[in-house]
Amino acid sequence: MIELIGVYKNFGEKEVLRNVGMTIRKGEIFTLIGPSGTGKSTILRLINLLDVPTEGEIFFEGIDTSGPEKTRLQLRRRMSMVFQKPAALRGDVFDNIAAPLMFRKVPVEDIRKRVPEALELVGLSGYESRRASTLSGGEMQRVAIARAIVTRPEVLLLDEPTANLDPVSTEKVENLVHTINSRFGTTIILSTHDMAQGQRLAHRIAVVLSRTIGQTGTAHEIFYQPRNRDVAHMVGVENILEGMVKNNEEGLALIDIEGYDISATSDCPTGSRVTAYIRPEDLVLSTVEFPGSSLRNRFLGRITKVVAMGPMVKVRIDCGIRLISIITKRSFDELEIEEGGSVHVYFKASAVHVVRID
Amino acid sequence: MNDIIEGFTQAFQLIVTLDPEVMGITIRSLFISLSATLLASIIAIPLGGLIHFREFGGKKALITIIQALYALPTVLAGLFVFLLISRSGPFGFLGLMFTPTGMIFGQMVLITPLMIGMTLIALSGVRKNIQDTIVSLGADEFQSILTIIKEARFAILGGVILGFGRAISEVGAAMIIGGNIRGYTRILTTAIALETSQGNLPLSIALGLILLFIALIVTTILFLVQER
Repeated sequence: MIELIGVYKNFGEKEVLRNVGMTIRKGEIFTLIGPSGTGKSTILRLINLLDVPTEGEIFFEGIDTSGPEKTRLQLRRRMSMVFQKPAALRGDVFDNIAAPLMFRKVPVEDIRKRVPEALELVGLSGYESRRASTLSGGEMQRVAIARAIVTRPEVLLLDEPTANLDPVSTEKVENLVHTINSRFGTTIILSTHDMAQGQRLAHRIAVVLSRTIGQTGTAHEIFYQPRNRDVAHMVGVENILEGMVKNNEEGLALIDIEGYDISATSDCPTGSRVTAYIRPEDLVLSTVEFPGSSLRNRFLGRITKVVAMGPMVKVRIDCGIRLISIITKRSFDELEIEEGGSVHVYFKASAVHVVRID
Repeated sequence: MNDIIEGFTQAFQLIVTLDPEVMGITIRSLFISLSATLLASIIAIPLGGLIHFREFGGKKALITIIQALYALPTVLAGLFVFLLISRSGPFGFLGLMFTPTGMIFGQMVLITPLMIGMTLIALSGVRKNIQDTIVSLGADEFQSILTIIKEARFAILGGVILGFGRAISEVGAAMIIGGNIRGYTRILTTAIALETSQGNLPLSIALGLILLFIALIVTTILFLVQER
């Protein structure tokens, strides 16, 4: 549907995007995940043809978008974008939602029908004559979404659609994204810095890291099989260990990490240098010895630091190799462990994602 | 001192009794300057929109020139138009010299740069995200300009009023092009200049008060517009 090839974008001297490449498929929800200021908005603006790449190509259904403004306008009218902070045009809610239809010269009778339909879809029926300035942030966001979908776009671009919203409004917007995608088959590209949101919404995710795409894949691939250290760090894989494969028997590798051995499911042959990634949630802590058979990796360590994070607790453990575990507050309380105490750490061989270092 | 008091007394009489000469001059002044403002708006606002929207070489230089022309001396505007429409000028055949139409043209030349400049300022006051939104919603270039002008309409109206204020208060261009012909091209400012030099102070003061009153109304409207 949309393809970016070797896209660079500079604003003056400042490089904002470097060699961005990705393909977005028809009908999918595609999420750009990354911290603020990494170029997510710039990618969306380029796709919406609001800006022109400094270098590289963007294709929309095989059509080169670097053509004359007339072609770009035609393509732009097949998409809609909702900005992070949606701007209200002068007039009431009806005028705002009617604007893109007026631009497309849709007959007035159709506009009168389609505006209430769009408002109903976003759950704001009867808001037609409200002044945009009297709307709350969440309502304005939904009006902006109504304004974007009233044209029945093939592609809907959402820039951080929930960044400024409370949890209730966030849930409404997320449900709306699902509805639009499943009911109309609209291809949706949205950016977010919220990992969990990306995971909840997306069919596929691209991790945007300092001006380029770190990795593209399904949520499972991104969260459990990060391609490199930066992606792993970004998606919350806190345990990143480097070592060498000592032995590999039918896909079960023994990896030497600073003199300690861990078992991992991996095809990397004996002798290869590797990085092992383990999600902190996959570490099981216990104060007693655990006879469980599938938990191949077992260590005894000393707790060096405990950090409370709302309903979760992050525990740093020194087992010779340093590991980080995240457990629920409830489990933490039940374990009755504390800083300086010792604890058993367990994890499955399949919880370790191994990437070969070239 | 007596002269002045005498002058004011007579001036009030002239205004209150709706003296035909005073009224004639006032209406002519308003007609010429309002026409000039209207025509200048028709040129300046879309042109301002186009300059604002399009990226082209020399854009900054052009804006600088436009800004310099805010301070265009009124006699220079008059001289410029005189050169164009005098009998030997390129538009001499139109016979616009010493006519109200010629004066309208002169005032247009005077205030169009100011109004383009004010339009540019008004449009750049429209936040970038509004402009992005309009383009993203699928507006073509013409629709974008029109919508953004609508967004900035109060600020643009401020520029229009400012232009009118400059037109009605100028004397140089009106004098050179109109020639201050009684009952035909004589307007408030040229009449004041003439009557004062002839020592006819009551008439000068009456016309001056009316001009001041118009200026007051203009500034009040401007204030009200900017309050919105």
